[in-house]
Amino acid sequence: MKVLVPIKRVIDYNVKVRVKADNSNVDLANVKMAINPFCEIAVEEAVRLKEAGTATEVIAVSIGNKSCQEQLRTALALGADRAIQIDTDENLDSINVAKLLQKIVEEEQPQLVILGKQSIDSDNNQTGQMLAALTGMAQGTFASAVTIDGDKVNVTREVDSGLQTISLNLPAIVTTDLRLNEPRYASLPNIMKAKRKPLDVKSAADFGIDLTARTKLIKVTPPAERKAGIIVESIDELVEKLKNEAKVIS
Amino acid sequence: MSILVFAEHDNSELKSDTLKTVAAAQAIGGDIHLLVAGHNCQAVAEAASKVNGVSKVLVADNAAYEHQLAENVSLLVTELAADYSHIIATALTTGKNFMPRVAALLDVAQISDIIAVESSDTFVRPIYAGNAIATVQSLDSKKVITVRSTGFDAVATDGNAEIVALDKVTDAGISSHVSDELSVSERPDLGAASVVISGGRGMQNGENFKLLEGIADKLGAAIGASRAAVDAGFVPNDMQVGQTGKIVAPDLYIAVGISGAIQHLAGMKDSKVIVAINKDAEAPIFQVADYGLVADLFDALPELESKL
Repeated sequence: MKVLVPIKRVIDYNVKVRVKADNSNVDLANVKMAINPFCEIAVEEAVRLKEAGTATEVIAVSIGNKSCQEQLRTALALGADRAIQIDTDENLDSINVAKLLQKIVEEEQPQLVILGKQSIDSDNNQTGQMLAALTGMAQGTFASAVTIDGDKVNVTREVDSGLQTISLNLPAIVTTDLRLNEPRYASLPNIMKAKRKPLDVKSAADFGIDLTARTKLIKVTPPAERKAGIIVESIDELVEKLKNEAKVIS
Repeated sequence: MSILVFAEHDNSELKSDTLKTVAAAQAIGGDIHLLVAGHNCQAVAEAASKVNGVSKVLVADNAAYEHQLAENVSLLVTELAADYSHIIATALTTGKNFMPRVAALLDVAQISDIIAVESSDTFVRPIYAGNAIATVQSLDSKKVITVRSTGFDAVATDGNAEIVALDKVTDAGISSHVSDELSVSERPDLGAASVVISGGRGMQNGENFKLLEGIADKLGAAIGASRAAVDAGFVPNDMQVGQTGKIVAPDLYIAVGISGAIQHLAGMKDSKVIVAINKDAEAPIFQVADYGLVADLFDALPELESKL
């Protein structure tokens, strides 16, 4: 089966973001960027399916300007076979991202699409579900285990109360949770090899989709600062403060 | 304006988060209807009819909705959506699962995880793991929204809404439920508890989480964990507090053996009072803690339990 893995270039997860002084957005100038951690898990899962002989081809796709080719090369170094960049400078709403991905799904006809459950920048947790709706496919979100079973896929999902296993007809959409797998590191030879793997560039405008923004970012502000606390010297002092000063225990 | 709110429940009990989600709907303003989609969920419908501010409870009681599969529930909600300007669910795993599907079927954007309402089309939500707060305006005619319940205070349960049964069934037939592996706990629900005590990598193993139990019992607290503790297999995933786990905002949050990574802080830094117990005085958790104790947790926890 063919597996499609949409990935996103985001700020590195260790970076503490700063809001711009004019409150227009966060400041991403000269900030370290990386493949979204959940997307990395999606790539790893697809590559594992290939290594197990289940998947025949793994295609990574990303939407953004030329800089996202860096993350596509990472995906190729991790084991994806080829990559597609959908070129745009626009910052797209998830619904428009899903519409572009729908076109790629129509072109490539994958049996499985694996996405991260959310990107760590916008924290939306929407794209996989929206793509599932647009393609009419079933969805297995927040997956911590994925097993192909004939023309179905069993997905164990992380839900509020524990774990839930569902069975989906293929083709299907899966979104990854953190515990699905432990992504590998790309070796130097694989990084070199990835440079020669095919990477197609398509223009977002060529798909003929109306990509008009559906949301408007009014402002971005820093969160309220917590005022500095105190260091207590003993458990006795801690209990006394919680009872009499903070009054949160009795 | 009419607002459809999806009721969060497990077929037997209406979750208290729904009361907070209704509060968000009240902040938007308009006639509020609650949708109870499930199977054998009459008790939930009764409870839903008592939620303050709700004028009507729509009940879709069918086996197709028992496990609230996204494929089936999204079709139901999309069909009902014609009559509403706002469709709202709690940003828990059920709502996160099916609501974007509804938004796509309606061809609108979704505003996820709102923590405040500015107006009927403008909402406030955290981005970048809570390190920035965005004010976002929806330009779509219909608003599909999920609500972070810690951002709103629960409404009362003194209402008396009309209950209306829906008989149409929307079964997509492309997915099915296989099994559940639920964590059973006598303790309060993590999201709703007024006191939470969480352990991190410093707990060293799952066995040591027992050290938290005595304290949790005395404080009526829920027990949470950092991602490190979950990944290491100390405790199950549903105990994870953080950007990708549960978001909590209790009156008192006690972080034990947790360094305080950005991703963990995203899930708890709106707690009213934060206590950190860590032997590393440099741990970032002390920068957000109201009360910090630099100590070995294996000495501190038994002592804390004995003095409560």
